[in-house]
Amino acid sequence: MSSGATIEFDHVSKHYDAAARKRGAGGAVEDLSLTIPAGRICVLVGPSGCGKTTTLKMVNRLIEPTGGRILIDGVDIAEVDVTDLRRGIGYVIQQVGLFPHQTIAQNVATVPRLLGWGRARQHARTDELLALVGLAPDTYGDRYPSQLSGGERQRVGVARALAADPPVMLMDEPFGAVDPIVRERLQNELLRLQEDLAKTIIFVTHDIDEAIKMGDLVVVMQQGGGIAQVGAPAELLAEPATEYVARFVGSDRGLKRLSLYRVDDVALEPATMVRVGDDYATLRQRADAADTAFVLLVDDGQRPLGWLDRADLPMAGYVSEADANPMSPLLDRRDTLKDATSRLLDEEVGSGIVVDRNGRVLGLLTLGAVMEWMQDDRSRQVPDDIAEAVAEAVVTQIDVPDEVATGGP
Amino acid sequence: MIDIRWDWIGDHLDDVAEKTWQHLQLLLIPMLAGFIIAFALAVLALRRPGTVGPVTAITGLLYTIPSLAAFAVLIPITGLSLMTAIIPLAAYTLLILYVNTVAGLRSVPPEINEAADAMGYTSTSRLLHVQLPLAVPLIMAGVRVAAVTTIGLVTVAAIIGGNRFGGLGQFITEGLQTDFDTKIYLGAVGSVILAFVVDGLLVGLQRFLTPWTRARGGEQ
Repeated sequence: MSSGATIEFDHVSKHYDAAARKRGAGGAVEDLSLTIPAGRICVLVGPSGCGKTTTLKMVNRLIEPTGGRILIDGVDIAEVDVTDLRRGIGYVIQQVGLFPHQTIAQNVATVPRLLGWGRARQHARTDELLALVGLAPDTYGDRYPSQLSGGERQRVGVARALAADPPVMLMDEPFGAVDPIVRERLQNELLRLQEDLAKTIIFVTHDIDEAIKMGDLVVVMQQGGGIAQVGAPAELLAEPATEYVARFVGSDRGLKRLSLYRVDDVALEPATMVRVGDDYATLRQRADAADTAFVLLVDDGQRPLGWLDRADLPMAGYVSEADANPMSPLLDRRDTLKDATSRLLDEEVGSGIVVDRNGRVLGLLTLGAVMEWMQDDRSRQVPDDIAEAVAEAVVTQIDVPDEVATGGP
Repeated sequence: MIDIRWDWIGDHLDDVAEKTWQHLQLLLIPMLAGFIIAFALAVLALRRPGTVGPVTAITGLLYTIPSLAAFAVLIPITGLSLMTAIIPLAAYTLLILYVNTVAGLRSVPPEINEAADAMGYTSTSRLLHVQLPLAVPLIMAGVRVAAVTTIGLVTVAAIIGGNRFGGLGQFITEGLQTDFDTKIYLGAVGSVILAFVVDGLLVGLQRFLTPWTRARGGEQ
């Protein structure tokens, strides 16, 4: 698979004249300079009319800029044949835009067909892609778009965009038209795919939560088509550059930061554990050594069974499952800190049991550890290529209007 | 009472077949010519939307010319050849074929056209492989109306065409002139049956061309 290409915006502008604005032209773009590192997801986020879609469409020349240059891997796209350029760029839009008169397989094979691939190769690629996006080729290949649900159609849209293995993908509010549950699933699937594919993706949304979740690099745009701030999600949330950005990311940005990290990232406290059949003396010994009143009962596979309160237990005898109190929440090491913290608050406990994929206890997550992590510099670390892109991006100085649209529908 | 001489019809099957064949020719040739012109004008409409008004007005004007007058006007120019029937018949199909083809091509949702552009279709290839197939339901609706109308108009052409052209309509005019009811009914009923058959074939053709419009009932 070919991986991503670097996309560079070099003082790019798009101005519309009065007549075009009257016809409903999109937002203008003002002197945009930005480099998107290869293999990263760059999210353009902002209120409607901020020029984010205009910026996206200039990359495949659905819209031609009025000033500046756009370079993909150093090549000025204005000098590339427009159909060649477009066949090398995946494009996914909110309305999906599948061809209603073609089967799912034909839709997915669109760009390979235009590129003149042989039938067998088209067919093999189509099957591969449908499987990749979680649609059984035998079941879905011969259906028409009208026979699919919204979420399934959007998966086909992604498969179609990936068909010729383009280094660049443009996604314009791709999950804006599906319900929240399906949206979250599609977001997760895209992130999972991206781990292997490493495309350079420009992703447009007006939803700050989606931007933070999907972006390696987030560009907050503002009315007038300028950049208000460029940063990794953690940077935007921890240190919004302006009042505008602070308002746009929302007053719950502390909680949003929690969603950027996994339970894995935080130093877990070791759990004091005993097995069924250990004697009470051993239990007391371990509790004393760890200076804790509570000991975790686990089975032979080190899977948690419940809490034991040493004060409630007899002096002699052996631990049985009947002694155990109900457990505090079980947290997966891949859970976000936001979800994990929410569970702790919800169940009114100070710590949760973290388990791995097999259900084995890894340790305890406490609210104190979460706070410590948030103050830790490591929580603000950014990969080098992203840091460089942030440093080089040019923030536009534009007067900010007072009323600011916030994210999320 | 309707008194039909079945034996006369039985004796003149050759004549019936020949006139039916001519009726079909006077349907197919004008329709084909009309469609080619209407389609070219509709494609022009996509590129130059300003042409829609004038073209609709002109084809509408053609449509208002009384058919009998149109056939009569052409006699001095094209004589009693089939062209005398073909030219007006083609002209009458233009309005409905043009209006429906324009509507069909315009019915393609903007996001579909945008997706096609973004994937690197050339404009010609997009027209032929995306816009045209999606316009088929509306185009075929126009074709069906135009076909049935044309079949009816061919019988009118027989008034001018005498024994030269007019398809099954010639039976009607001859029947009226000779006061022979069987011929009148033969021409009228034959023309109606022809219209039903042609319309049925067109419905079949549309179903063949648009399998996706019947694909419903998935997990919506």
